Amino acid sequence: MITLSGVLSQGLEILVALAAAPLLSGWVAICRARLQGRRGPDLWQPYRTLHKLFSKESVVALQASPLARVAPYAMWGAMTLACAIVPTLSTDLPLSPAADAIALVGLFALARVTISLAAMDTGTAFGTLGARREMLVGFLAEPALLMVLFCASLITQSTGLTRIVATLSHGPLAIYPSLAFAGIAFAMVSLAENARLPVDNPATHLELTMIHEALVLEYSGRHLGLIEWASSLKLFAYSCIGLALFVPWGIAEAGNPLALLLAVPVLFVKLLAGGALLALVETLNAKMRLFRVPEFLASAYLLAVIGMLVHFLPGA
Amino acid sequence: MEPRLVIQLVLCVVAGWLVTGVAGLVWLRRTRAVAHGLFPAGALLGLLLTGLGIAALGGPAPAQTVVLPVGLPGLPVHLRLDALSAYFIAVLGMVSTGVSAFSAGYFRHGEGTPPGLLCFGYHVCVASLALVLLADDAYSFLVAWEALTISAAFLVMSNDRIADIRGAAFLYFLISHVGALALLLSFGLMQGGSGDYTFAAMRAQHLAPFGASVAFVLALVGFGAKAGLFPLHVWLPDAHPAAPSPVSALMSGFVLKAGLYGMLRTVFDLLHLQIAWWGVLMLALGLFTALSGVVFSAIQSDMKRLLAYSSIDNIGLMFVSLGLAVLFRAFGMNGLAALALTALLYQIASHAAFKSLLFVGTGAVLHATGERNLGRLGGLIHRMPWTAWTVLAAVLACSGLPPLSGFVSEWLLLQSFLFTPGLPDSFLNMAIPLIAALIALVAALAGYTMVKFFGIVFLGQPREASLAHARDAGAWERAGFVWFVAVTLLLGLLPVQIVGALTPAVRQLAGADLRAALAAGGWLLLAPTGIDRASYLPALFLAFLVGCCTLAFVLVRRVYHGRLRRAAPWACGHPFVNARMQDTAEGFGQPIREIFAPFFRIERHLPSPFDAQPTYRVVVTDRTWTWLYAPLARGVTRAGALVARLYAARIAVCLTYSFFTLIVLLVLVRR
Repeated sequence: MITLSGVLSQGLEILVALAAAPLLSGWVAICRARLQGRRGPDLWQPYRTLHKLFSKESVVALQASPLARVAPYAMWGAMTLACAIVPTLSTDLPLSPAADAIALVGLFALARVTISLAAMDTGTAFGTLGARREMLVGFLAEPALLMVLFCASLITQSTGLTRIVATLSHGPLAIYPSLAFAGIAFAMVSLAENARLPVDNPATHLELTMIHEALVLEYSGRHLGLIEWASSLKLFAYSCIGLALFVPWGIAEAGNPLALLLAVPVLFVKLLAGGALLALVETLNAKMRLFRVPEFLASAYLLAVIGMLVHFLPGA
Repeated sequence: MEPRLVIQLVLCVVAGWLVTGVAGLVWLRRTRAVAHGLFPAGALLGLLLTGLGIAALGGPAPAQTVVLPVGLPGLPVHLRLDALSAYFIAVLGMVSTGVSAFSAGYFRHGEGTPPGLLCFGYHVCVASLALVLLADDAYSFLVAWEALTISAAFLVMSNDRIADIRGAAFLYFLISHVGALALLLSFGLMQGGSGDYTFAAMRAQHLAPFGASVAFVLALVGFGAKAGLFPLHVWLPDAHPAAPSPVSALMSGFVLKAGLYGMLRTVFDLLHLQIAWWGVLMLALGLFTALSGVVFSAIQSDMKRLLAYSSIDNIGLMFVSLGLAVLFRAFGMNGLAALALTALLYQIASHAAFKSLLFVGTGAVLHATGERNLGRLGGLIHRMPWTAWTVLAAVLACSGLPPLSGFVSEWLLLQSFLFTPGLPDSFLNMAIPLIAALIALVAALAGYTMVKFFGIVFLGQPREASLAHARDAGAWERAGFVWFVAVTLLLGLLPVQIVGALTPAVRQLAGADLRAALAAGGWLLLAPTGIDRASYLPALFLAFLVGCCTLAFVLVRRVYHGRLRRAAPWACGHPFVNARMQDTAEGFGQPIREIFAPFFRIERHLPSPFDAQPTYRVVVTDRTWTWLYAPLARGVTRAGALVARLYAARIAVCLTYSFFTLIVLLVLVRR
């Protein structure tokens, strides 16, 4: 049933995601800089970058087709939808029945395929190289993410994201062994999918190692702005999936406006902690060779599958 | 409606197709009349057939039967239209409509075989497909089945001056006939000694599990050969590139599914007995077929071969759904069997639409450029926008992306896997999540393959100068594209209606259906297992996505500006970008070749640093050839040599053979 409070919490959730996603990226950048002994950029730097990019004119490659111009919008839309269906503040989301955990994975795949095709559209060495590497990371990360979500689905008997979160946060405070495996796998997949160290370096411009930067090399102006914003949204969505699966407390339920207001600061505290942890992981790890990435992701995939198997062990 | 009206109309369509085909023989070399008269007529008949199939599926009549007094004396042709046949008839109509419309524009030059002969072969092929679906006794089924094989083999061989094409057609013919032999034996077992070969008599038989299992394995060989199940899939990647594109589209779009129809008919209807290990066998074979299909597909550099391997991958997934349904049914879990069967039937329609579109799209590219090799294509989206943008829809559907049709079937299949913990066998309970994990991997790899296919053919810069003169498909061909895109979109966006329409067929097979669960979700929300467990609403999904994109587009222009400049792309400091800087098809497939190396037999020739004209050559072959077919062929040759030695003897020795045979026979008869 669509209720007024449902529409409100849905709207609030989308707005918070759109506004706070660049903030999360900025926070991770600050933490990283501090951990490495630098002062680092200002917290508001991502917003200034977005403003700058949107103000500049867009330069499009001569031989690019309309696909290259549509792709940034499609990617941004897909990431906004992902943030809208992941329960970050409330489990009373009218959009949630539209897409469950499997559709969420499909949505990430849709964004990935779109941007990879757009990268191949310019016909440069970097574009195709980036597209190939992005798809390589994707085809191993996608099933791993699906298996992580299946671990949670098997416990809660549902693939609906709101239902999973509601059940997990209400259940007795028990440690599910399958979720422990899934948690490690999810952390590895998130690093890979968000182009973070040790898989990809978000600050790199060295041709031979980069994945995400190679993919979007030809973009500029508002198109690049949308892509950067979408990348922040993706990090935000992944963080929120992690929080919703493994720390599901503090998310509001239907018909409780007070809890909704309370959920916003709780989410921010959780994200601050999560962002600092991500910065720590990135500082402690070195970038791995590209040929090692399949092994890294294959172990994530196997861990998630082991998580599912553990669920079926008698007594677990 | 008058009972039996629909089946009579379906027979009229079949007769119409045959007449169209014969008319093609009359106008053997009149390309215009064949292309703009006969093929559009065939397309209209296909459209009529789609409507008839849907009407029969939704109609209240249980099953319509007709007995035609043709054929051998005392052996009339029994035909029967039930919900299962009706569903496949509708899909056949859908495929033939689009492919015939495309063919009307495609066969304009008449390459190799005269167009009239192709028209004859094509219409005999679709008519025999319809008869396979209608047949209600083993004789007429096998006659239609053979007519299908022979007409398809002739269609594959349409350009018979090329030795490779003759080889491909021969391989197809050979494997199909081994399969047909297995079917003959399987029907022989299923009639159970009654001597009555009608399907009605087989339904009345109650075979012992051992006999039924032998019949099942024989049917799996026979129908698996047609569908392209491992290890009988080897003909497929050769036959598809050899055939003209509309024929490949028909073969991939429907002929492969005739094998699945046969399996469904045999397991759920004729044997009406399901044993758990049958399901496990089909699951295992299907999974291996899917995985090897998608891995080989990712490394191909011929666009039709790539699509052929992708079809093998999809057929494998269909056998996985079928195996799961049999498994559920064997344990008496009819509701879950209904879910798995719904996934299977959905996948059949969805694959028929998008794979036919992909193949006719390659046909348009082939006509415009004369190239099948991915290494000589590129940048066609500018020259061939109609082809490119419609093929993009099929590419997204084939990658299993929401909100298109491929995702719905994948979603239903994964849902049915999530419910397997209820199985009473603990070993299967543990094994089945592993299968779900592999299916997720196969689906993700299909995305990799499709990005490669579309990116290399249609995006980037043209790799050859001649591509600048490529011309887009004509009006008839576009009509075919648009028809398939419309079907793909409908299947993607209205899953509730489609799943609802499937219920009679699913109920007939599984004894249960999803109607109650569907009713709870309303007319757009797909929730086949209860809203709390899982739901998917593609229309809202798409609306939100499009809304977001539009909003972003408008807001960016309102708040900032819409200025745009065109410039040459950056080339790492080189003064210009040329087409050779892009990835080749081999380059794009290289990671897959490295990761899945055990699947392939790779022969590589690397240039030495001192070569004046360095060449790089890599040949990747299927291990099935070296492990299975080569030893088999050697064995057959050796046995042949042995028999030849018997024959080469003098007349006295031959008479001695007769003498010994006579003695053996006498001994046997006396007992």
